[in-house]
Amino acid sequence: MFQYYLDLALRSLKRNKALTALMVFAVALGIGASMTTLTVFHVLSGDPIPGASGTLFYPQLDPQDMDGYQPGKEPPAQVTWIDGMNLLRAHRGVRQALMTGGAVPVQPAQSDLDPFFSDARYTTADFFAMFQAPFLYGHGWNAADDDAKARVAVITRKLNDKLFGGKDSTGQTLRIKDTAFRVIGVLGDWRPNPHFYDLNTGGYRGVEDAFLPLTTFRDLRLDRNGSMDCWGRGGGDEDHLETATCVWLQFWVQLDDASQAAAYKQFLVNYSREQHDLGRFQRPPNVRLRSLMQWLDYNKVVPSDVRLQVYLAFGFLLVCLVNTVGLMLAKFMRRAGELGVRRALGASRRNVFAQLLVESGVIGLAGGLGGLGLALLGLWAVRHQPSDYAELARLDPTMLLTTFLLAVGASLLAGLLPAWRACQVAPALQLKSQ
Amino acid sequence: MNIQIRPILIALRRHKAGTALIALQIALTLAIVCNALFIIHQRLANLSQASGVDEANVFVISNQWANADESTSQVDAQVRADLLALRQLPGVLDAAPASGYPLQGGGWDNLVTMTLDQVKPTTDAAVYLGDEHFINALGLKLVAGRNFRPDEVSVVGTQQNITPATVIVSKALADRLFPDGKALGKSFYAMGTTPSTIIGIIDPLHRQGVDLSSNRYAGQSLIWPLRSADVRGIHYIVRAKPGQLAAAMREAPKALLAQSRMRIIDPKDGIQDYAAIRQKVFETDRGMAVLMAIICVVLLAVTAAGIVGLTSFWVGQRRKQIGVRRALGARQRDILSYFLTENLLITGGGVLLGLLLAICMNLWLMLRFASQPMPMAYLIVGVLLLLVLGQGAVLAPALKASRVPPVEATRSV
Repeated sequence: MFQYYLDLALRSLKRNKALTALMVFAVALGIGASMTTLTVFHVLSGDPIPGASGTLFYPQLDPQDMDGYQPGKEPPAQVTWIDGMNLLRAHRGVRQALMTGGAVPVQPAQSDLDPFFSDARYTTADFFAMFQAPFLYGHGWNAADDDAKARVAVITRKLNDKLFGGKDSTGQTLRIKDTAFRVIGVLGDWRPNPHFYDLNTGGYRGVEDAFLPLTTFRDLRLDRNGSMDCWGRGGGDEDHLETATCVWLQFWVQLDDASQAAAYKQFLVNYSREQHDLGRFQRPPNVRLRSLMQWLDYNKVVPSDVRLQVYLAFGFLLVCLVNTVGLMLAKFMRRAGELGVRRALGASRRNVFAQLLVESGVIGLAGGLGGLGLALLGLWAVRHQPSDYAELARLDPTMLLTTFLLAVGASLLAGLLPAWRACQVAPALQLKSQ
Repeated sequence: MNIQIRPILIALRRHKAGTALIALQIALTLAIVCNALFIIHQRLANLSQASGVDEANVFVISNQWANADESTSQVDAQVRADLLALRQLPGVLDAAPASGYPLQGGGWDNLVTMTLDQVKPTTDAAVYLGDEHFINALGLKLVAGRNFRPDEVSVVGTQQNITPATVIVSKALADRLFPDGKALGKSFYAMGTTPSTIIGIIDPLHRQGVDLSSNRYAGQSLIWPLRSADVRGIHYIVRAKPGQLAAAMREAPKALLAQSRMRIIDPKDGIQDYAAIRQKVFETDRGMAVLMAIICVVLLAVTAAGIVGLTSFWVGQRRKQIGVRRALGARQRDILSYFLTENLLITGGGVLLGLLLAICMNLWLMLRFASQPMPMAYLIVGVLLLLVLGQGAVLAPALKASRVPPVEATRSV
């Protein structure tokens, strides 16, 4: 039966080629636009560490003075050196890491390479295990290296390729700012999206090329970058960052279940109270403990232009669908005579309805295929934009399936009303007018 | 010409679903197109923001130092030698050191207060550091007061905090701080413990950033007489003699490398002229405007095609009735005006609904995306656009209908 309906549908579609093309094209445009924007949105709002993001938390404290104090206001988005170190040493989480970003001048051993700046992350030992960074060679450093301000470095595959030709470089020397660092690890392919652990230095950039111990960074006075917020008269001058009344570090903690999270939050409150009693904090305890995804959400990481584009594209799809419904309705109603004959010859309403739905389904399928092509084209165009998320805009299997379901679902939905209206036609009336 | 509206309405009642759908499509199209046009206009307005810079002749060199452990005086000696070398180039009019430049993107800004103990800041200003050549190198227009004297310029080391006693401000900042127009000689605080006195006013001087927070303080900037000796790097602003930009851009890096090779000038964007700077900083705005424009055009095309398709069907369906009307004395133009009027009624209905949708959509955008309220003009333009589009789209099928011969009445379907 389906075969017969399909045959009928194809015949009917062939009869009016321009109209069929218009309907298919409209559906394809709508689907293509929606899928392009939805894929970009899907990629940008993704989970940077699937499976483990639920156990990662970003504590916030409020160490500011009473200037401009308003109860209930959000605490600063970063921590001071003193608080970061205190939280790190308290060791209340399963793992924890304190970090900031920077740039280091790399002096290659090869004479044919000019010195260059490389983005760096200064952090503490647990960083790699906590964020599940994969190692190609070697391993990260340990807490003893942190304490010893060790001259050790973990580099990415990209930097390893550039400096060491992609070979296992563990044990080799890396010269940074006239200091010899020992390479102890090379990261494999790792690009968490968004760049969640430090959103100040770009939401969708790749990971930094060099990872160095935070203590070493301060010991050598390497350059930092990212955001720094100060209060009181505390300027962020380079020599007194440890004691400055400025927040400039990110602190992450791993807590494996809800009870640990609750206990940690209580610890943060107690810590704030203790610091208040010591006279360091002036405000009443004001803490937050957001999970990774909550933190991304709170920071509105996905650019608002991308959200706007998604809404716009779906509005566009809606217009295209309304357009297709109108055209299909006109087409089906025009065939009332033909349908009347079919009904008179014994086809039930259900049969006619099914036949018309097959016809709209064919349009949907063709539109979906066209839409897929347009979406691939659209994503290709997005990839050639200069934004830092450009290279991420690719169709994954989930989105591929979504495209198809959307296309067929949308056009079946679009076919419902016209098909239902068409099979309401009384056969006798149609036959009489012949 | 007497157009009968009642018969059209009665006829439309037989095509309720089709009429409603086409009206709905027109309404949605109007809502989206109005808002998209508004967004396009806003983004394009961003694109044409005046920087105050002599953009045709100015380029910027972003120079990073490779040896990071030099003292402030060593770095400053190198900076001064570099500037001397740049200014001596035949194609160069002037060159200046800078911490940043207009339309750089991102940027450095300080909160401004009128007194030292003021808790709530008065406003915010973008901060530029430069020497006595800065204004001339960028080609800025000094509208009041004077430029810095060489003896007022001091050296500032890496992350060092110095508040100079003199400052040159943009007119926008001067007017914001001293609305009476007498800003010269007055002073203010910009996150320092000592005040800076205004000695000159420039108009205009764009901020480094073009983002939302910058737009709130549009055009509010200040220049401090400081020559940066930051071990990380410095920007050189170079103004070429008219027509010699390309030559100067070729010669400048050679002159710098001849001074010292211990520097990193990114081969990709280490040297940029203002066309490239403008292009880069407004990339997303332009992209969004282009995307919106494409969506608008395609949307209007789809809607027009929909109208053509649906009306063609109706014409085909009513050939016999048209024939009857023609046989009873209706002229071709009567048939033509029948279909044009029918479309006007449907489009009119759609447009009314669309106006409502457009306003709702704008309110929602204001709520969710901090958009501005849409001026009425966009609604009017949108309505006219769709009315014309509807009439244009219906013209071909209506002409076809008007050519149906009266003899059609006598034929069976």
